[in-house]
Amino acid sequence: MATALMTAPTEISWVDRLRADGSEGRAAVAELHALLLKAARFEIGRRSAELAYLRGGDQEDLAHQAADDALMAVLRKLDQFRGESRFTTWAYKFALLEAAVKVRRRAWQGREVPLEDEAWATLGDAGARAGRGAEDAELFAALREEIEGSLTPRQREVLVAVALNGVPIDVLAERLGSTRGALYKNLHDARRKLRDALAERGFRVGTGGEET
Amino acid sequence: MEHDKKRSAILGRVLGPGAPELTCEQCFEELDRYVELVLAEDAADERIPGMHAHLRGCPACAEDFRSLRDLVTREGD
Repeated sequence: MATALMTAPTEISWVDRLRADGSEGRAAVAELHALLLKAARFEIGRRSAELAYLRGGDQEDLAHQAADDALMAVLRKLDQFRGESRFTTWAYKFALLEAAVKVRRRAWQGREVPLEDEAWATLGDAGARAGRGAEDAELFAALREEIEGSLTPRQREVLVAVALNGVPIDVLAERLGSTRGALYKNLHDARRKLRDALAERGFRVGTGGEET
Repeated sequence: MEHDKKRSAILGRVLGPGAPELTCEQCFEELDRYVELVLAEDAADERIPGMHAHLRGCPACAEDFRSLRDLVTREGD
């Protein structure tokens, strides 16, 4: 799949065809839209549990909105296609992103972002039930102290919402008028501060993150 | 055992990967290439350093990765 296909003429011709005038260009755009719609339906289908309350027709509307927005993004960024993957793989990612963000936001429509109290309950519960005795209770208590005392209000808000209360970062970004990238930077900086603070207090935390 | 998993999951979410990682923008930029390298078993993590750590730290980007990988896999079947 790797090198041979990445430089195959079909990948370049996609770009040329999309840039062509007249009927050739229109046909290429229609073909691309069909691919993006297929990708959007795929994403919405695998997330259907989050949208159980939506009728099938509404899910189809969501897929069309995602495909339309992805088409605009792909055409706007056509110059950025470097041919390092197949064109379809490159284009699909725009449709999957648009669909995933729309699903997450729709699923959270009308829901309040959970409060900090719920996060402290999660941490306290983990500390009490982890089964490692006093050491864990101390670790989770220290973690709470550092979250409350060492982070900026913004870092704390993002960390508590995303890492402890499970709010999707795109949903939080919409509520705060920000972007996924900007909020992830807040989260990243908060995590680094917490790691440093815990290490200074003598806790060993190692590497972490979630399995992909 | 269940408690240990829960403990690790919470610490993982709060403290993140603890390794150099890409930003969300860089992740999106490289996602298509990374997926194809992963599927080709072609040293994806060596070729795109910081991607794996970011996917461990960012649930939204990790979902984007899984979706693209699974869609491309299905298309190749």
